[in-house]
Amino acid sequence: MRAGIVVFPGINRERDMAIALELSSGHKPRMLWHKDSDVTGLDLIVIPGGFSYGDYLRCGAMAAQSPIMAGIRAHAERGGHVLGVCNGLQILTEAGLLPGALLRNAGLRFLSMDCHLRVERADTDFTRHYQRGQVFRAPLAHGDGNYIADDDTLDRLEGEGLVAFRYATTEGEITPHANRNGSARNIAGIYSPNLRVLGLMPHPEDLVDPLMGGTDGKPLFDGLVAALAA
Amino acid sequence: MKATVTVMLKEGVLDPQGKAIGQALQGLGFGNVGEVRAGKVIVLDLDEPDAARAHAQAEDMARKLLANSVIESFSVEVG
Repeated sequence: MRAGIVVFPGINRERDMAIALELSSGHKPRMLWHKDSDVTGLDLIVIPGGFSYGDYLRCGAMAAQSPIMAGIRAHAERGGHVLGVCNGLQILTEAGLLPGALLRNAGLRFLSMDCHLRVERADTDFTRHYQRGQVFRAPLAHGDGNYIADDDTLDRLEGEGLVAFRYATTEGEITPHANRNGSARNIAGIYSPNLRVLGLMPHPEDLVDPLMGGTDGKPLFDGLVAALAA
Repeated sequence: MKATVTVMLKEGVLDPQGKAIGQALQGLGFGNVGEVRAGKVIVLDLDEPDAARAHAQAEDMARKLLANSVIESFSVEVG
């Protein structure tokens, strides 16, 4: 699997993402500077977390206009895989590659804590090493993770099976308490219609080694490697 | 020509910031404060002497970058 990680000014999670990708694939990912426009020859492009452009104007708004986004858009249109985590999801929605938007957390507080995610489907390249309905732990670290979209869009996402993960209890129940940032319908992650673009707020790359306190996020990267190995 | 773009969260979109400001004002004794909405004001200095054209340019900028139409609405004033 040939992977690249996009680096914008203010991004700070790219090295953790590189560790997770290398651990699963055995290969160092390519770091892509935001001014580059050549993103060819890659199977997977990852937009990591952080605070691109200091979250100026809106989270992800500036990054969505940067030169590399045209290359990422073309990669996605060719059917390439894209993973956006945290600020990466915010950037993907601002760029229009995924629907909806991320608002300030409903409780107004920055959330730095673990959450539990329920896997809504296990037949995608991102989730093939999980089971449907499986719950796994993932750290949250964001101030603006409150997912919102109009009702028609939410109905479409649910109807077409494009909800990837929901905030849940450890037992997999979808409750308001498990939904710490107030996201519509407990949505934590969504897919593009071809299931090749995934964006999610929590950080699976932060739990890929026992030394990090767990390996709950590792199946996501192992699954991607298995899917994109050819 | 100066253009002022005001960006607000759309009606019906939860505005936790406005809510927090409202609660703080209540706490300060401003008991007559009802709903509070918080937004952004962006002032653009445009090299464009024609008011109608400046208005159209600022609207274009708002649509492309300054406002996110999924969650925000905007208004433009020139002069």
